[in-house]
Amino acid sequence: MLSVKNVIDIADLSVDDINLILENADTFNEVLERDLKKVPALRGKTILNLFFESSTRTRISFELAAKRLNADLINFTASSSSMKKGESIIDTIKTIQSMIVDLLIVRHSDSGVMDFISRNTGLPIINAGDGKHQHPTQALLDLYTIKKAFGDFKGLKVSIVGDIINSRVARSDMLLFKKMGMDVTLVSSSMLLPENLDYFGVNVRNNIDDIIETADVIYMLRMQLERQERKYYPSINEYNRFLSLDFKRLQSMKEGAIVMHPGPVNRGTEISEAVMNSEDTMKQKIKINEQVRNGVAARMALIYLILTTG
Amino acid sequence: MIQKAFILNDADIERILKRISHEILERNRGSKNLCFIGIQKRGVPLAQRIAKNIRALEGIEADIGKLDITFYRDDYAKRVKPKVGVTDISFGIDERDIILVDDVLFTGRTIRAALDALIDFGRPKSIQLVVLIDRGHRELPIRADYVGKNIPTALSESIEVCLSETDGQDSVSILESGKGRGQQLL
Repeated sequence: MLSVKNVIDIADLSVDDINLILENADTFNEVLERDLKKVPALRGKTILNLFFESSTRTRISFELAAKRLNADLINFTASSSSMKKGESIIDTIKTIQSMIVDLLIVRHSDSGVMDFISRNTGLPIINAGDGKHQHPTQALLDLYTIKKAFGDFKGLKVSIVGDIINSRVARSDMLLFKKMGMDVTLVSSSMLLPENLDYFGVNVRNNIDDIIETADVIYMLRMQLERQERKYYPSINEYNRFLSLDFKRLQSMKEGAIVMHPGPVNRGTEISEAVMNSEDTMKQKIKINEQVRNGVAARMALIYLILTTG
Repeated sequence: MIQKAFILNDADIERILKRISHEILERNRGSKNLCFIGIQKRGVPLAQRIAKNIRALEGIEADIGKLDITFYRDDYAKRVKPKVGVTDISFGIDERDIILVDDVLFTGRTIRAALDALIDFGRPKSIQLVVLIDRGHRELPIRADYVGKNIPTALSESIEVCLSETDGQDSVSILESGKGRGQQLL
């Protein structure tokens, strides 16, 4: 049983909650390997995907997770809704409430909106990404991917590389990874680092070569050009020199070490074309597609546990 | 929770499983098309023991699977969530004769859920049910094909089955209070 009904901030979850989610993700992973990839666990439950910001993979992942559990799912995207016609948030909420749903999955640029919706509807909420703040389910699927690769977390050396300041994934990941006993290093230039890093208790490096041979997990972030209202980095060449994963760097990673990325990858910026196209043993290091797959299992676990708690 | 009566010891359970193994072979005229699926969690070791008996009798290595029915239950919202077990059916069940095994048959709801779950894996030729204990109080039209022992019980009582693989020893007892494990597992 989970200790919470809402997952807005990854810090809301206790270590017991996290282990329970991972355990259940394993069970659902087995369901996804069956010919008939569906269990009737949430038959009769209704889930609303409420997306005020655009998303493809997260929305589809949640949609698939809900459907594999036999829940009914409705998609509400702000761009095609009455919000465009000028409906206010509170009126949208009242509309949602009249629809009698059991769970909301919300993406909005402002995390305060989720608290607001939760307080006004009394419905459980899962944060599907809020601006630059948090993306808790991405962190859970990342953790699950690491668990499948290493079995345990204690003492694992994880480096998160790239555009930290604009990344909600980085924020949720470092909080979660630290909580599970991993040793977290951020690799970035000072322009791309947030200010209050003491709060997170992480190490900082400026060159990916400093960690490439010792890290167990190298987590490459996407250069978030769409969130950069100013230019954070002088040139792609400069970025490539200090912060990108090219084939030579991939080869110098230690045995068993893995590469992760939340997607979508900017080929040639954070990860080189050659790395994305690598084969055999080098390819096995790259877990980007496995992350997507694990995302469905992890989200099934979270949805299932929230809807069967209390 | 007070133990009210001790019903079966390890030797009793062994004899029962041997007898059931013979009955299965008799009814199916051998073991060629059989596979064994235990319901988590105490049905699993029971299925393994029966399959082992049959291997000793017929020399045929049968497929053995595990089934967890948590996601198929009709009452998950009303109960404390049990720990979800592993489902592992690594063989095709189409056109097979499935021997489905559980420890206690009570309301029949677990078996209803197990039948739904199995149908999701394919279309078996037949499904036959083995239970170690039938304690009565059915709520659905379900019966077992092979019964270890019928134990008429009151609703306030519960049946506790212990197996060496899961509990360190083999025994079956009746407990008083209605809060026993047997009750929770239906």
